[in-house]
Amino acid sequence: MLQASWKSLLGRKLRLLMSAFAIILGVSFVAGSLIFTDTIGKAFDGITDTVGDVVVRPATTSGMFDGTGSSRTVPGDLVERLAGTTGAARADGNVSDETTFVVSKAGKLVGGQGAPGLGLNHNEAPTSSGAQPLTLTAGHWPERSGEVVLDVATAERAGYRVGDTVALVTSGAQPKVSATLVGTAEFASGGLVGASITVFDTKTAQALYFGGKDEYTTVTVTAKDGVSADELASAVQQALPAGFESITGAKLAEEQKTSINEALSFISTFLLIFAGIALFVGSFLIINTFSILVAQRSRELAMLRALGAGRGQVTRSVLFEAFVVGLVGSTLGLALGFGLAVGIRALFATLGLDLSESALVFQPSTAIAAYAVGMAVTMVAAYLPARRAGKMPPVAAMRDDVAMPEGTMRWRVAMGAVLVAAGITGVAVGGFAGVDNAAWFVGLGVFALVLGVAMTSPVAGRPVIAATGVVYRRLFGTVGHMAEQNAVRNPRRTAATASALMIGLTLVSMMSVFGASAKASIDKAIDASFAADFVVSNAIGQPFSAAVTDEVAQVPGVEAVSPLRIVDMQFNGGRTGGAAVDPQSFQRVVPIDLMDGSLAGLSGRAIAVDEKFAAEHDVAVGSKVELTVAGQEGSYTVAAVYHDLKAISLPILLGLETANAAGVPQQDSMAFVLTAPGSDRAAVEAGLETVVADLPTVTVKDQAAFAEEQRGPIDQMLALIYALLGLAVVIAVLGIVNTLALSVIERTREIGLLRAVGLSRRQLRTMLRLESVAIALLGAVLGVGLGLVGGWALQRALAGDGIDVLAIPAGQLAPFVALAGIVGVLAALWPGRRAARLDVLRAITTD
Amino acid sequence: MSSSASLAAPTQRSEQRQAAARVVGLTKVYGCGDTEVVALDHVDLDLAAGEFTAIMGPSGSGKSTLMHCAAGLDSASAGEVHIGDVDITRLKDKALTALRRDRVGFIFQAFNLIPTLTAEENILLPLSIAGRKPDQAWFDLVVETVGLRDRLGHRPSELSGGQQQRVACARALVSRPEIIFADEPTGNLDSASGTEVLAFLRRSVDEFGQTIVMVTHDPVAASHTDRVVFLADGRVVDEMRAPTAERVLEAMLGFERRTAGA
Ligand SMILES: Nc1ncnc2c1ncn2[C@@H]1O[C@H](COP(=O)(O)OP(=O)(O)O)[C@@H](O)[C@H]1O
Ligand SMILES: [Mg+2]
Repeated sequence: MLQASWKSLLGRKLRLLMSAFAIILGVSFVAGSLIFTDTIGKAFDGITDTVGDVVVRPATTSGMFDGTGSSRTVPGDLVERLAGTTGAARADGNVSDETTFVVSKAGKLVGGQGAPGLGLNHNEAPTSSGAQPLTLTAGHWPERSGEVVLDVATAERAGYRVGDTVALVTSGAQPKVSATLVGTAEFASGGLVGASITVFDTKTAQALYFGGKDEYTTVTVTAKDGVSADELASAVQQALPAGFESITGAKLAEEQKTSINEALSFISTFLLIFAGIALFVGSFLIINTFSILVAQRSRELAMLRALGAGRGQVTRSVLFEAFVVGLVGSTLGLALGFGLAVGIRALFATLGLDLSESALVFQPSTAIAAYAVGMAVTMVAAYLPARRAGKMPPVAAMRDDVAMPEGTMRWRVAMGAVLVAAGITGVAVGGFAGVDNAAWFVGLGVFALVLGVAMTSPVAGRPVIAATGVVYRRLFGTVGHMAEQNAVRNPRRTAATASALMIGLTLVSMMSVFGASAKASIDKAIDASFAADFVVSNAIGQPFSAAVTDEVAQVPGVEAVSPLRIVDMQFNGGRTGGAAVDPQSFQRVVPIDLMDGSLAGLSGRAIAVDEKFAAEHDVAVGSKVELTVAGQEGSYTVAAVYHDLKAISLPILLGLETANAAGVPQQDSMAFVLTAPGSDRAAVEAGLETVVADLPTVTVKDQAAFAEEQRGPIDQMLALIYALLGLAVVIAVLGIVNTLALSVIERTREIGLLRAVGLSRRQLRTMLRLESVAIALLGAVLGVGLGLVGGWALQRALAGDGIDVLAIPAGQLAPFVALAGIVGVLAALWPGRRAARLDVLRAITTD
Repeated sequence: MSSSASLAAPTQRSEQRQAAARVVGLTKVYGCGDTEVVALDHVDLDLAAGEFTAIMGPSGSGKSTLMHCAAGLDSASAGEVHIGDVDITRLKDKALTALRRDRVGFIFQAFNLIPTLTAEENILLPLSIAGRKPDQAWFDLVVETVGLRDRLGHRPSELSGGQQQRVACARALVSRPEIIFADEPTGNLDSASGTEVLAFLRRSVDEFGQTIVMVTHDPVAASHTDRVVFLADGRVVDEMRAPTAERVLEAMLGFERRTAGA
């Protein structure tokens, strides 16, 4: 029995490969995602090699890369005292900043798409392994103001050589810095993952970041020989005044890695979701492929039954084939996964996570996961056709035209109908009933709908096929008629093939409706809440020096400037968004709708909170709130409650004074500009442009351009999602190719007959093409339909989170359907060629 | 005997008229080297217009191969095949397709119809492929002759084997081909259905002047024809005019004895 299966497999190598396609692609996505995720983890492993034995820092702040812009510092005199701690060999003060970017020779910003621009002081603090975190590769370390060292990669990317004058932008007091490049250095951890490093001498760094005060961000204390880091850390801790803590370098590195991994874990979740979608789509194709293979072998299987093979034996023989297909598919998928990981790496590099210097990491767990998933999906998907094969009546071997025992579809349609009903309920509840976690209801509802429609589509899809049939007959006569008939002769097969495409298109169009709605909502919110004439902001999402805001105020024709300073705040142990604003001018540029209290009292230890925050935490005007602002805990009084701001989510507002007092850095995230009545807009804009002229990251925008910029991330996100969903669509297209190719093999004799009675090769190709297009259109119509419903419900579900406008991007959805038609044409190319090459004789000679 | 009355006419016609198809030195070799099989070995044959010819011979004697090559379904290794005045061995695929569609009709042993089309659609298939309008009167006549008037809307799966084969005959006739090739058209039928089909083929020769070439194993089937050509080992070994079942059977047994004796 086993031997028979084996022979049958080897006799159908091409079919084997085609049925493995879906598995190969699905598994490759799983493997690619895992490899990429591990690569990310590994890329930050090197951090361990860059920290010293013991680090002293202000309590409750974390180190670099966390982007919190912690403002608390370590005073310079503490450094000398720490050097005298028992067991300490030396102590070095570190100055570090994350918003110091290099401007290339061509005037472009280097990096800055999410990765930090590190500005450091130079010191001789060794890492725990005794090496230096930075090693000079050319020139010398900066010794005085006007000298800098860049990391090699950044210098290269920016086109600077030692001796050149480097342009830098910082969010410190001095926004523009130019200095001579006196050397280049290499970072010990290898790749910088897109970040850049600029090294100053300590004095200059302090001048730039701490207004010239003798302060440090952290202090590295190095142990004497024979003293362990742990011993030194506790010795240092004893010597520290309150408000500071000491931590071993190993722990700090661990802390940093954990926080990075947490921040990046969404990437792996995200990728694995798409891998799941790909496999889900793929499983449809496996069911299909095995159904067809079993149908083609029906006479052979019936013969085996007639010769005495039991049902279970026949079923197992098919499952054995599935096992081999799964094994081969998983292996090839794993190999392809490497290629895909390279692709994903390139995709994320465009989004600022540049891992091009890190080698791909392949862990055994990736292989295990790939095989487990690939085998499981194949076996489960092949089970249905295998069971059907077992039911083959032995007498079928004696009949001339063998049809697979097709059970009625009543059960299947009934199940599908139940799922559709459940899906509609979920979507309706999530979208329109205003429950908590509404998006989850919508998501699960759409999932049930997709499954349900896939199950009922042999019946539900008939109208679509019938409609195409009418057009086909009109335009293509008999050839069109036969194409339509072929598309409906195996309703399950057509349905499964179309469903694969449907799933991809459901998600794509759902995202497209949702994205369009989000953008329309942003436009509306900005339109409603944007009273300023211009906004000065930083394109890379980093703050800019408050000095810029001051300069803007001096531009002729500017009546008022109001800064918005995003502040890192913690509440109830979690981070929360908030900003410092000037209470007087802010209301003029962003019309705040106050519910209670007034912004006038926003000074001292007072805050304003939005409606949602007030409701969630049950606070009102006069309540006390415990907040950690820029690393310092304190008790704040609620002075006002306002309706949620539409354009930016800011649950908490502080006065600028309050923020200054808490030590928030003088860096603005945005500055809103009001022009004086009667002033020349164009002239004002030109004036503003001169202020930011040599700050490549800081831009001046009017409302339309600002809205455009705010929409940017959505477009980027959508592009990423489309790119990933594209894979599901590719699998679906391969599914059509596969189904058609197998159908061609199955219909060999019929095609031969048609050719014998005079059907030309061209007509034959047309027939297959039309069949393919009919299947693709069925998938597209169902998919776009479901996507519309899902997108609408998702928008309704998230209306409370600011997505309150429904936009249907018809200009995007219609091309999806048209594209599906083209996909159909392309999918028929290869099967069509094969069919046209078929030997007419072989087709009609009875065997 | 009804056939004896019509015997004289075709013989005369074949002398006056040009052959509907002509095979000269036709050779067909399958495989090469050790596995080489000479299926046809320099076969010369004239198929007269308006004549019903049977091709007989033991299994493997090359009957199907001869038919396939003569009908342009398969290429010849050597020799010429003429349909009317065209040497089809020189034709490219496109021209061959057009020739099959417009000038040749086929009836096979089994799987003659497209399962997704109704009987009527199947009958009209060659015409609709060519984009030609059927001649309604001719179509009616053909359908009437095969007796399928009330079955036109049925799918093949709803028809008996005999009915299916009659649909196939109607399809072969409806485009008025110059010649119809039939490979064991009754091979899969019971004797009653087979007789129906044969009677219908005979009528189309007598009444419409159709040229038909039919491969068969069955001496009774051969007795419906005007002329029987005997093949053995890829060669024409004998032929018989005005065959009767008994004479054909006798001849076949004779060959078999000779082959067995050799
Ligand atoms: N495609 C083929 N490849 C190799 N040999 C073939 C092929 N088709 C037929 N033959 C051989 O050619 C000979 C004639 O076959 P065929 O014309 O089918 O005989 P018949 O129809 O008289 O039974 C046989 O020996 C057969 O084995
Ligand atoms: Mg034969």
